[in-house]
Amino acid sequence: MSVEVAQGLAYWLRRLGSAVTGGLAKLGYAARFLVAVLWHSPQAFRRIHLTLREVYFAGVLSLVIILMSGMFVGMVLSLQGYETLKRYGSDEQLGILVALALVRELGPVIAGLLFASRAGSAITAEIGLMKTTEQLAAMEMMAVDPLARVIAPRFWGGIISMPLLAALFSAFGVFGGYLVGVRLIGIDEGAFWGQMKAGVDVWPDVTNGIIKSVVFGIAVSLIAVFEGYDSKPTAEGVSTATTRTVVISSLTILALDFVMTAFMFRGGGV
Amino acid sequence: MNRSAMDLWVGVFVAMGIAAMLFLALKVGNLLTLDGTPGYQLEARFDNIGGLKLRAPVKAAGVVVGRVESVRLDPKTYEAVATLRIDRMYEFTRDTIASINTSGVLGEVYVGLDAGGDPVMLKNGDRIMKTQSAVVLEKLIGQFLFDKAAEGGKAGQGEKAKEAEGTKK
Repeated sequence: MSVEVAQGLAYWLRRLGSAVTGGLAKLGYAARFLVAVLWHSPQAFRRIHLTLREVYFAGVLSLVIILMSGMFVGMVLSLQGYETLKRYGSDEQLGILVALALVRELGPVIAGLLFASRAGSAITAEIGLMKTTEQLAAMEMMAVDPLARVIAPRFWGGIISMPLLAALFSAFGVFGGYLVGVRLIGIDEGAFWGQMKAGVDVWPDVTNGIIKSVVFGIAVSLIAVFEGYDSKPTAEGVSTATTRTVVISSLTILALDFVMTAFMFRGGGV
Repeated sequence: MNRSAMDLWVGVFVAMGIAAMLFLALKVGNLLTLDGTPGYQLEARFDNIGGLKLRAPVKAAGVVVGRVESVRLDPKTYEAVATLRIDRMYEFTRDTIASINTSGVLGEVYVGLDAGGDPVMLKNGDRIMKTQSAVVLEKLIGQFLFDKAAEGGKAGQGEKAKEAEGTKK
């Protein structure tokens, strides 16, 4: 009896152990992968058109969804914020509410989530399919390093695109907030912009938002290229990898956002 | 998609992104107003600064003329020492009164400056001699309740004394 319990316990402990070591091994692999990508990055910049092509696919083609979402998020924020602020008779603070929420949090985070699902998944699927159809192996046969030729440009294309997309998201969000707040509800235009200017600081608010978006860009790009490179070379493997990219990037963005917010905005008071 | 068209689109995208960042910095934020413009420092000592925060505005007649740069406690006199950075454009007389005000009931706390008539102007590093501390709402309420309680207590004692007299008779 007690032997069975001990065996059962050992079985579960072994599974726990293998899960932990497996996770650690993958983390280590991802870290080494990052170093390898960085090592090959100069080549991505030497042949800049490769990176520009990825900026086009990751950035330019994401513009529509980013701008539309930004605008709608700003408009909704404005509507909801107005309802709440009106109760305290401070509806002229709407500008601050919309701008701070967008610049500090929603801009980088929602743009990051959209970027992960729009561009990250595409990058993973593309690399995974290249691996499945043995294009990566063929490149290696021709003495072309796929890390330099395929992975690094996509990695840097994502990192360049993400902060720009987040800034555009915030800017269009503020514009959407302006449309609803000033044009639709009828808050005084001067108060809207004036309060916003008085309440939003370039440092720390705007710069911290940009830092966040850069970090999210690095995280999403790394996860996307890694999952693609690491995918099983089957149809099922590629689909699993694509799903994993979206799930892991989204969770990473949210977790990183919490950690960074905790460090950045620990109350700038006395 | 040929290469020049793609380059054009990437160029448009990057230009838009940079324009959005500039918009956030200039129009939404306040990069060009007071921040970074070198001003001069004034020091003001308050008994109580209430909820005054770093970077709170300094206003004269409602116009923002500077920011609170630092707040610390004088270890000897136990006074709060606020350092104000004032825009170089503005000068204040030596008998200026600095007070800590709140805009609205729940609004932000700011330092108000009321200039006097002294011909001598304050220079960099000078101290504003006349200050008025923050009104702490909790203290006011506490004081009010205490006064009420004291009144109530006196009234109660008076009745008891009367009762005592009554039983004597």
